[in-house]
Parts: sequence; C-alpha cells; structure tokens
Amino acid sequence: MPYTYNTPAQQEEMLQSIGANSIDELFDLIPDSVKLGRPLNIPPALGEIALTAHMQELARQNTNITDNTCFLGAGSYDHFVPAVIDTLASRGEFYTSYTPYQPEVSQGNLQVMFEYQTLICQLTGMDVSNASLYDGGSAAVEAMLMAINITRRTSRVIVLESVHPEYRQIIKTYFATIGTEVVSVSDKSQLLDALDETTAAVLIQSPNFFGNLEDVATIAEQVHTVGALLVCSVDPISLGLLKRPGDAGVDIVVAEGQSLGTPLLYGGPYLGIMACREEFVRRLPGRIAGQTVDQDGKRCWVLTLQTREQHIRREKATSNICTNQGLFALRAAIYLSVMGPQGMQDVASLCLQKAHYAQRQLTNLERFETLNDQPFFKEFVIRDKQNDVAGLLEKAEDFNMLAGVALGRWYPQLQDCLLIAVTEKRTVREIDQLVEILGS
Amino acid sequence: MRNKHATQLIFELSTTGRSGVVLPECDVPVEDIKQLIPASLLQSQRPALPEVTEPEVIRHFTNLSTLNMSVDTHYYPLGSCTMKYNPKRNERIAAWDGFAQLHPYQSEGSLQGILQLLCDLQQMLAEISGLPAVSLQPAAGAHGELAALMVAAAYFSELGEKRTKVLAPDSAHGTNPASARMAGFDFITIRSQADGRVDLEHLKENLGDDTAVFMITNPSTLGLFDDQVEMIAELVHNTGGLIYLDGANMNAILGITRPGDFGADMMHFNPHKTFSGPHGGGGPGAGPICVTETLRPYLPSPAVSFCEETQTYYLDQGSEKSIGRVRSFFGNVGVLVRAYCYIRTHGPDGLKRVSETAVLNANYLLSLVKEFLEVPHGDRCMHEFVASAMPVREATGLKQPAMDIAKRLLDYGFHPPTVYFPLTVAEGMMMEPTETESKQTLDAFAETLRAIVEQSAETLHNAPHTTGIRRPDEVMAARQPIVKWTKTAD
Repeated sequence: MPYTYNTPAQQEEMLQSIGANSIDELFDLIPDSVKLGRPLNIPPALGEIALTAHMQELARQNTNITDNTCFLGAGSYDHFVPAVIDTLASRGEFYTSYTPYQPEVSQGNLQVMFEYQTLICQLTGMDVSNASLYDGGSAAVEAMLMAINITRRTSRVIVLESVHPEYRQIIKTYFATIGTEVVSVSDKSQLLDALDETTAAVLIQSPNFFGNLEDVATIAEQVHTVGALLVCSVDPISLGLLKRPGDAGVDIVVAEGQSLGTPLLYGGPYLGIMACREEFVRRLPGRIAGQTVDQDGKRCWVLTLQTREQHIRREKATSNICTNQGLFALRAAIYLSVMGPQGMQDVASLCLQKAHYAQRQLTNLERFETLNDQPFFKEFVIRDKQNDVAGLLEKAEDFNMLAGVALGRWYPQLQDCLLIAVTEKRTVREIDQLVEILGS
Repeated sequence: MRNKHATQLIFELSTTGRSGVVLPECDVPVEDIKQLIPASLLQSQRPALPEVTEPEVIRHFTNLSTLNMSVDTHYYPLGSCTMKYNPKRNERIAAWDGFAQLHPYQSEGSLQGILQLLCDLQQMLAEISGLPAVSLQPAAGAHGELAALMVAAAYFSELGEKRTKVLAPDSAHGTNPASARMAGFDFITIRSQADGRVDLEHLKENLGDDTAVFMITNPSTLGLFDDQVEMIAELVHNTGGLIYLDGANMNAILGITRPGDFGADMMHFNPHKTFSGPHGGGGPGAGPICVTETLRPYLPSPAVSFCEETQTYYLDQGSEKSIGRVRSFFGNVGVLVRAYCYIRTHGPDGLKRVSETAVLNANYLLSLVKEFLEVPHGDRCMHEFVASAMPVREATGLKQPAMDIAKRLLDYGFHPPTVYFPLTVAEGMMMEPTETESKQTLDAFAETLRAIVEQSAETLHNAPHTTGIRRPDEVMAARQPIVKWTKTAD
C-alpha cells in the first residue's frame, strides 16, 4: 500500500474509537450475498521500479512524434508547446485542486478561468466564453443543442459534410436519441436549398476538415435570413491571421483547443472551446467564472450563473456537464499569454507559408494533384493518381515520417487522397524530405 | 510565499511591444499572404491579446497557483469528490513521449503499446465492476451517464419498447436528472426513507412498463450502502427496466462487492476519483462505462480488441447497433494511462485495501465528529458520511451554519467538506477523508471542527477572517455578470 499511512497500531486505535472489532465489520452494511468473496482477477501489484520498467516497455511499442516527423492533423496538431506551460501546469496547487466551490481558497483557479474566458473572446471576437468543455467534438454538439434551446426549433439542424467526420458522428449519436433530424449537405448551394424556417442551426467548420477556408460571413447572412443560428468550428491557431468569427457574424464559436499548448496525448484529454454572443450567455453550458467584490470591496472571482447548471437545476439544466477541462484551459491561457499578438501572428504565418510550400512542391510532382483550388490554411489534400495511399504511408513510416491522414475511411470517394498538415515546427528540410519520399 | 504585489490580471501587466516567445524565421520561400488568402477572409489587425514576457508569465501564474488549496498542500475532505493523493510516478509516466506524443491517427501498428494498455484497462474495469463490456470513450462521469442512457435508449428501441422514464432517488447527483433529460427521457425523483435508503413503496408506485432506467448511487451520496439493492434490481428488472449504477463512490467497494453482482446493468467509473487521476482544478476526468453482455452491441465505438490470429491490438469499430461516437478520437487517454498505473500499482489486494482504509478513515472521522455534530444516518458509513450542522443552528441561531463552519475551516487551513449536498440533509456537511490521510490529520481536523462549533455566532458568521478575500458577493456576480476583462479608459 504505497499511499496510505496508518500503522496496524493506529488502525487498532481507530477501530476502538469506532467501536468495531475489525475492518471487515465496517462492511456489514453490504449483504453477504453480493460480496465478492475472492480476490479480484487483475495482475499483481507492481512497485515503482517495476511499474516504471513495465510502462517503458509499453511506451517503446509506440511510435512517438518526437522521434518521427509528423504531418498528421485532422483535428489534432503537432504545434510547439513552450516549456513554461509544463512548468506551470505541473504545479500541484493547480493540478491537484478541484472545482472552485470555495472561492476564498480557489482564487488562483477562478482568475485563470476568467483570464481564459477573456483570452478566448479576444481571439475569437465573441462576447462571452465559458470556462471550457471536454473537446472540440462535444463542444460542437453542445453548441447545436444550445441553438435548439435558443431558437426553440427542435425538428432539424444542418451540418456541412466538410465538418470533422468524428464531430458529425457525435452529433448523429446525440441527436438520434432526442429525435432531431440532422441534415447533411455537401456545399453552399445545397445548404441554401436545405435552409428553412424550421432549421435551428447550421454547423460549419473553417478551416474545414480538408483545410479549406469557408466564406463564413456570407454563410452567416444566409443562415440568419431564416432565423437560424450559425455555429462555426474554428482552428484557434488560424486566428493569428484570419478574420475572427465574431466579426463574420457567427453566433456560437466552438474549437478544439489542443493546439493551444497541449501535446497530442493520443487524442485526449483536450480542450473544448465555446464562445457566443452576449444575449445567449444564460444558455451556455458549462462553468463560467465572473468578477465580483468581496465583503471588504476587493475585486475577486466566483463561479457564476450557476442556475444554468445541473447541481442546481437538475433536469432543467442547460447541460449535464459538471466540470470544465480546468488544467487544459490553464494551458491555453498560458499559451495565449506567452504568445501574445505577435506570437500568434507569427505562428499562423509560419503554418500558412510552410503548408503552401509543401503543397506546391508535392503538386509539382507528376504523381499528385490538388483536390480543389480553394484557399487553405495549414492543411491540404493531395490526390494520388496511382491510388496507393496505404503504400505511400507505409513507405514514409520506413523513413520515420508520418506523412498524412488517409481520407478513405470517412469519404469513400476520396480513398486516393491524403490530408497533410504542416505546422510551424516543420522545417524546410523535413518538407523536402517528405516530397522526396512520396515522390520516389 | 504569496507575493502581495501580484494582484493584477495578465491583461493589466501588458506593455505594447513585449512578447514571451520568439519564433524561428521562415525557412521556406515566403509568398505574399494576400496571394494565398482572399483579403475578405483576413483579419485587419493582430488579435488583441496581452503582451507580456516569459518571466512575467511565470511569476503571474505561479502566484495565482499559491491562491489555491490543493491535495498536495492541504487536507481536502470534499465529499463525493474523492480528493485522494495523486501519485507523482503516474504524472511522470503519462508525460513520456511514448504516451504523450502519439497522434490519434497513427497506424495501429505504430500504437501497439498504448492499445495494449487500453485493452488491458478495459479488462480490469470489467473485472472490478463485474460487467463484462467496456467503453473507455466518455470524457467524464456525467458524459458516461449520458452515453449509458443512450445505450439503454438504443436497446429499448431495438426491442420495440417505448420506455420514456428514468428514475433516481432524491439524493442523486444533479448530473443524473440532467443526463436523463439530455438522452431524451422524462425524469422522476424517487424519495429516500428517513434512514437514507430508497423508499421502496415510492419506487414501486413509479415503476411500470414505461420505466427505462433506475439510476442508483450505491454506496449513496449519504455514504450508505443500500442493502435493498438486490430487491430494487429485481423490482426494476421485473418491469423490463435497467439498473444504472453511478460509480462516483466506487472508492468504498473495490474488491469487496461489484455492481454487476448486485444487479447493475450499466455503470460508469470516475477514474480521476477512484483511480487517482488529478482533478486539475476542475478537469479533465474520464468516464468509462461498463455494461452487461446483452448491452455490449450498443456501446459507443470504437473499443480496443486483440486479434489472436495476428497477435495485434486494433480499434474495433463495433457492431451496427452501436450508438456511435460520443467523443472525438479515443477519449481522455491521458487520464486512463494514470488509472492503469494506479491499478497496476495496487493489484488485487492493494485495491481492496484502498477501500478498507477509506472506509476505516471515514468511520473513524465519523466517530469523532458525532460527538459534536449530528450525523443523521447512523454510526456507521462507507467511504464518506454526511453530518448536519443543525445543532449549531439551534445553539447559535445562525441561518446557514454549515456555510459558516465551512468558511471558518478555511482560517485553520482545511478545505471544507461539501456543503448543502445531498439536498436531503438539512445543513449537510459531506466528509470524505479518503485512504491517503493519516490518523494525525483526521484528529487535527476533528479537533479543529470541535473548536469551531463552540465559537460564537459572530465569529462563525464573519469567517473567514484570514484569507485574502472573504465571502465574495455571488448575487452581484450573477445579477450583473462580468465574465471577461475589458479595457477601461486610462
């Protein structure tokens, strides 16, 4: 028992105080008929040295992106994480604390939440942000549920096919249960045809799953003409250069916040960003920190608007969500603070330039062509005229290179296509090497 | 030590022209941005973020951290949250490149270590729960509840049964009713008896062929094991309904009894509580769910499976009946890695001893606390118990003595218990010491509490006296919400 203290003698004293003869007696409340009566059939205990060795063995069987060059994206990106983030986020006062139920001894976490909310508003141009949700995908579905509550239109929502396929799957799962129709459209003209007065919301993503930028402002106008809301999933890194969704008429912004200072972690835990227009603040799901004063008039922070939440409203709450992703909101807050306006602009510019260089070099090769000529940010699709995406990926792996994400699993018509992401971390040498390997 | 000057927001530290990071020069030929992106999609100015240096960022956030109580620094008996010690070895291991630097869309062949870990974790959770089919995908306990209720809905839909109601006792976590509503069910509250157990008569009155699921937290939020649980399961099963076990309190029963053995069809774990993932100031958690063999086909996909033929681990996309995804990628893997380390560190005997020690500690604290506070539900408990500050109300006339005592505890350097939950206990104070606290700590806490309840009404009501801020005005915060910083004119 590595993490407990009490000696057998102390345990004896404790039992005496309780008035019990044995620890077993404390479990008398549990009927014998349901007691296990045998040891659990799980592996025996490992000490710290043995555990470390065992975990090293498992870790060695994974190809990690530190020892390999990563051009994989599709919603999870290999961006630079400044050292200050790990240093600060690994402080026990941050990561071993909990939801700030007692504001007097949680001002650190509360102020971080407040700063995070402000930073997200500054980045997205939206009026209000919550203190985060689980991930980009569940943030998207929560936004759609929120839009249904706001518009009181329960029959249908529209989702563009260029939204992350897994986000669309999550929406399908949630909405199948509550019986709202999810209409899938492939482009802007289909969207126009599908929009009607019963539509609660439209979900788009920009840059979309293929890396291309949508004409958000025009779509927003069209969506608003039928009284529906526009929910837009964005890449927070792109906002170092691109027009803010708040300036383009978006009603609710969601994003996967992993890019803001969190490593890949095989997909989680990540950070669900959600921000909206002022008038919807009481419909937002999740925790929100607010500014107030204490009884001596000092500025301070508390959890606020809690009457939206499950612990007060129970079945009438805006969501069942209990916590935020505090530790990852902290990481994002540190990231945005340390980057500042210049850093965000520089990161976005580097991604943009390098991705375009890689795309030019690859499509200069006879073997590859682009899927479309729409503008893109840091990610793009190439089509392999020889239709051997699996072979290309395997070959690249031999050179310690993770070349891209094959699209066939989600889009059968794109089974000869590869999605390639280029972040600021990739060097010209790595890009040239990728081009050489894929082209050889 | 807290720096008294560090009272500003990061935005108030900003000086135009400063930056905390220097990015490399662009090493590819640079194109004119306007040639790459239409001007209408570009921002006209840089994002209005603060401009601070790296040392300023370090000092700012380090000072903020010192304003928090945490498990590493304080005793934190926050009931229902299982604030146990977070092992440092697990933090270190989870941060290794071999776990932290893996992309979710790498080939399965390049991920055999993590897939093996997740596959083994599925099996261990199945064994601990007594429920054989596992999904690791949900991102938190509440998310697990929702996923499991969707599983139930899909199951009944397949059977062609129209079951519209989810039931849970009045002592349930608020997430239970909220999850039921999100999964499209009507919610019915079932009364508890005076002794804290489910009121069977009231349950019977509400059971019928429209009952989908009865959600039970056992041990309950009162820290009691409801010994009627087999009977409850039989009643619910006889109507064709399912039992959901809210696994928030698994810390009391590891290796002692299993939800699958006392009648549960579905449950979630809170690995960040039971298996000691740190709470992170309010997340991330994880919410893996375990269900019966009958419900397996409906679980979220994918799960991890092992192929005997090729001797490799792979992502199993599941059956056509699967409800589909509830989260992107594979869920909160980082939390699951820590849970795996925790379970492997303890083994079968160790996990049982975790629960035995947690229950011993809670009963010991109860034996001390009942001397001066009311404990309405008896002299014995599981891993936590709920005391009532009603005697203090009677003695002092204070309207909200539980709140006042909680605030006074802050002056003595203890994090207070959970107060005013569950809703069924007046002036409730829910104490969960966990297994990682020493007798000395419990003694000191009880002594302090004893001293506090004897203090004057004025002392209590004006508490805390020593914290940096005191009793923030929450009403004002909600009435005129200020939820972001805005620049004021100089």
